[in-house]
Amino acid sequence: MRWMWIDTIVAYEPDRRLVAIKNVSLAEEHLHEHFAADGALPAQPVMPACLMVEGMAQTAGILAGSLRRFREKVVLAKIQKAEITQDVVPGQCIRYDARIERIDPMGAGTAGTIERLDHRTGQWERIGETEIMFSHVDQNLSGLAFPEHNFVFSDSFRNVLRASGLGHLMD
Amino acid sequence: MAISRSEIEEKVTDVLENALGADRDDVVATATLTEDLGAESIDFLDIQFQLEKKFSTPEKPFKIEQGELFPENMMSNPDYVKDGKFTDAGFAVLKEKMPHVDLSSFGGDRNVRGLAKLFTVKSLCDFIEIKLKK
Repeated sequence: MRWMWIDTIVAYEPDRRLVAIKNVSLAEEHLHEHFAADGALPAQPVMPACLMVEGMAQTAGILAGSLRRFREKVVLAKIQKAEITQDVVPGQCIRYDARIERIDPMGAGTAGTIERLDHRTGQWERIGETEIMFSHVDQNLSGLAFPEHNFVFSDSFRNVLRASGLGHLMD
Repeated sequence: MAISRSEIEEKVTDVLENALGADRDDVVATATLTEDLGAESIDFLDIQFQLEKKFSTPEKPFKIEQGELFPENMMSNPDYVKDGKFTDAGFAVLKEKMPHVDLSSFGGDRNVRGLAKLFTVKSLCDFIEIKLKK
């Protein structure tokens, strides 16, 4: 199973925008190492920023894939910008809001904002911004042999889409 | 109002600085995108997107069509490329489709690998200038 870093999709505007949620839980093992107690320093579980970038890449990647009904093999090509200014800790929720900036036969450009929800205050707070570009590999690397089936949008992605009520997009 | 050449150069430099992480001082007219500024294939799509954004206005969107910067499907066409070199027909197509690139300094053997070395900052600025005049 592919490692999914979004839990569900909460908004979808065709060809334009997709919003996904990730709940951060202390049950996630990696948080116990990031950061573990060290000597006098107590443990400080924090969601790794690189995994937030991956979460946004999955969100924006689904949006980019949906533009052509998941026929293209959409792969992350370039992270032009990834700024995350605040930590996210267990019990908080992350919202990835991805928008299409540009689509081309060769690929797609996206912009995104990352927000966190602190349940104690009930407030969403913007904590980051991204600019991520995706490539349609069959268009850009046509000299190389790729499998016919779409290995990018595997069952893990399909399951998230179905559970979010968007399974019809992959039909 | 028409945009001046120096404004074009300024905006192209902004784009290359952003897309390639290039040092502004290194973005000179003769610098090649691949060898001197380190552009890889995917960077060209990024550059294309950023140029469109930079030169678009509310009145006039600036859209670069697929194959406009670099002719498409040439390399796999045996009429145009043979044994890794451009044929006469292929070279004629290059001249027609890439007026923004100075092909006069192409090596005598017309090796296809030499093409990337001819694509300079000046080529990009020329491309924008020619396109804006259309």
